[in-house]
Amino acid sequence: MNDLWDGLVQAGWLVITLDPELVEITLRSLQVTLTALVIACFIAFPVAALLSVRRFRLRRLVIAVLNALMGLPPVVVGLIVYVLLSRSGPFGVLGLLFTPTAMIIAQVIIIVPLIASIAHQSLRDLWAQYHDLLISMNATQGQRIRALLWDARRALLTAALAGFGRAIGEVGAIMIVGGNIDNATRVLTTAIALETGRGDFALALGLGFVLIGLAVAVNLAIHRLGRTEVEGRW
Amino acid sequence: MIRLLVAMVFACVGAVAQAETMRLAVTTSFHNSGLSDVLLPAIERDTGLEVQLLVVGTGQAIRLGEAGDVDAILVHSRAAEDAFVANGFGTHRREIMYNDFVLVGPREDPAGISASESAVVALERIASTRVPFVSRGDDSGTHKMELSLWAASDASIDEGWYREVGAGMGAALNTAAGLGAYILSDRASWLNFGNKDGMELLYSGDPVLFNQYAYLPVSAARHAHVKADAAATLEDWLTSATAQALIDDYRIAGEQLFVFNAQPRDE
Amino acid sequence: MTLLPLNVRGAVTRRRGKILAGPIDVRLEGMGITIVIGPNGSGKTSLLRMLHGIARLSEGGIEWACPMDEARKRQAFVFQRPVVLHRSVLANVAFPLRLRGVARGVARERAMAWVRRVGLDEMADRPGTDLSGGESQKLAIARALVIEPDLVFLDEPCASLDGSAIREIEALLLEAAASGTRIVMSTHDMGQARRLADEIWFLHRGRLHESGPAANFLTDPQTPSARAFLNGDIVE
Repeated sequence: MNDLWDGLVQAGWLVITLDPELVEITLRSLQVTLTALVIACFIAFPVAALLSVRRFRLRRLVIAVLNALMGLPPVVVGLIVYVLLSRSGPFGVLGLLFTPTAMIIAQVIIIVPLIASIAHQSLRDLWAQYHDLLISMNATQGQRIRALLWDARRALLTAALAGFGRAIGEVGAIMIVGGNIDNATRVLTTAIALETGRGDFALALGLGFVLIGLAVAVNLAIHRLGRTEVEGRW
Repeated sequence: MIRLLVAMVFACVGAVAQAETMRLAVTTSFHNSGLSDVLLPAIERDTGLEVQLLVVGTGQAIRLGEAGDVDAILVHSRAAEDAFVANGFGTHRREIMYNDFVLVGPREDPAGISASESAVVALERIASTRVPFVSRGDDSGTHKMELSLWAASDASIDEGWYREVGAGMGAALNTAAGLGAYILSDRASWLNFGNKDGMELLYSGDPVLFNQYAYLPVSAARHAHVKADAAATLEDWLTSATAQALIDDYRIAGEQLFVFNAQPRDE
Repeated sequence: MTLLPLNVRGAVTRRRGKILAGPIDVRLEGMGITIVIGPNGSGKTSLLRMLHGIARLSEGGIEWACPMDEARKRQAFVFQRPVVLHRSVLANVAFPLRLRGVARGVARERAMAWVRRVGLDEMADRPGTDLSGGESQKLAIARALVIEPDLVFLDEPCASLDGSAIREIEALLLEAAASGTRIVMSTHDMGQARRLADEIWFLHRGRLHESGPAANFLTDPQTPSARAFLNGDIVE
């Protein structure tokens, strides 16, 4: 209990004094995760829509693989990305290892299956409703996908937030591919792991509370955006 | 939207490429000592070099060097270092400083190791009383030191009391504190450790526990992209009088942690 | 080029080997409202879907007076249970225009005119899913008519609606027919058939048993099954 209280005090102190290091790693956390989120959504949403609208041979297999990948341990993703981006690996010449870009790549891989799976569930239901109408109206494949994505935007927002939650709290993969380098690739979660390793539980907890606060703030902000854009239930 | 995205990605890449930087893989125990927080700003001030630390176990540090993912490594595991140079991954090995390992355990010292005549005897006492012992189990320099001590002893190890945690020094210390177990730690990590709950330094001083840190630049012959000049600059600085003063004067709770022992260059 | 006449020859639609409707031979031409009647399960819905092209044509031929692509664009379909898109009432009605590449502003203007015509102007900016059953069906009809189709299929559009909603919808359909839109609509409500029909198709067990001008059929049905159906007997 004492540690928890000290953690809260630490968190409050760090936030009130706008500790420059805290601000830096918080902004980097946001930058990495939001970039990964945007990229992942651009990949996952069309994939989910295509899986809903089109009946192709490997569709079931793709869905099963997506669902399975949702449970993929981030450490494994991190290790694979590490091996690929290592100077001795196939993409070594790019020199991306231990940069925020590498962390973004790992997070994209981690959250695309999650976002695509959640999005697919709601898009599939919506497609069941729209199917006859859109076919009757001669909508092209592209128009069908666009109509689904637009009308399911609320559900897609939820999928994106789930992806954000998984990415912002992720430590295993970005620790490996980012290296937790001070002033370069240190983010909130890797800093927490570092302070825990040093036995400084209060600071680690303090950073943890900042992370929770950040996640809540981003969720609220995105919900607020979604609400002002369209009044309604969906 | 896509333009924004591209801009963000470039911002990420750009942020890394500004100052002259080099990457140095160091061991957790070195980083946990806090010495790097003193040395890095001084290095940047004196040489303009921004050293990016990758804090990993010795095993991973050596892998990073072999793959060419870092420009140099600073580790403490003689056999692995010699193999690293012999296999052509590193250009040479340069000793910088040493610290020592200590045995830490429950304050009551149930195995009575504090009065042991040597480190090996202390471990034999732990084994014979079967008080829990936490091992790093992560192929790190500390872990290798521990294994060499066990190998020199007559003790037989079994799972009943010997716990491999496969974790860094801090995490292993946390585990030992939770279990009321003995553990081999480097002195720096122990002094910097924040969660000493019921634990005490019980044995130290045997010369076999001395822990030599060496600096090994990664061979540019094998990995052309390695920043050999920066690595050489850093080596010169680490073996300079400035570094000596900073290293020898570094204290935690009034105790000196490291002893500078770099030799001037042969040539 | 005109859409009609439509010539249907030996058309059959099957699902998993079972015939849902057909074989059917019929000709659709002229003006006015054709009402498709028949007992439950006689294949009314399947027939309309097959003619519209959203149910597979397993056998036979459906020939429009113009090429197929063109024909598909000139017709619309209203489902028994209206499909309401998850967007505003106005956006629902504008949707088919947007699919055809009509500019947003023009589409909204034309859609708004139809929203007014079906009496939903106060709801224009509300989510379509907030509408009641009758309002949803009026929305669906506005959405079908906004593209000014030559032909509209309606599959029991008034099933499970209350009297005032039925009256409003019938008025809309008569108005559309008067302005030149050909209508083919199924119903199980004989009163509705009497009020609207210019022509009647009587369907039984997937086949067209009788077809002709409404006046003739309603007063003097030629087949025993049609006679029984009109008498209110149970027709199997």
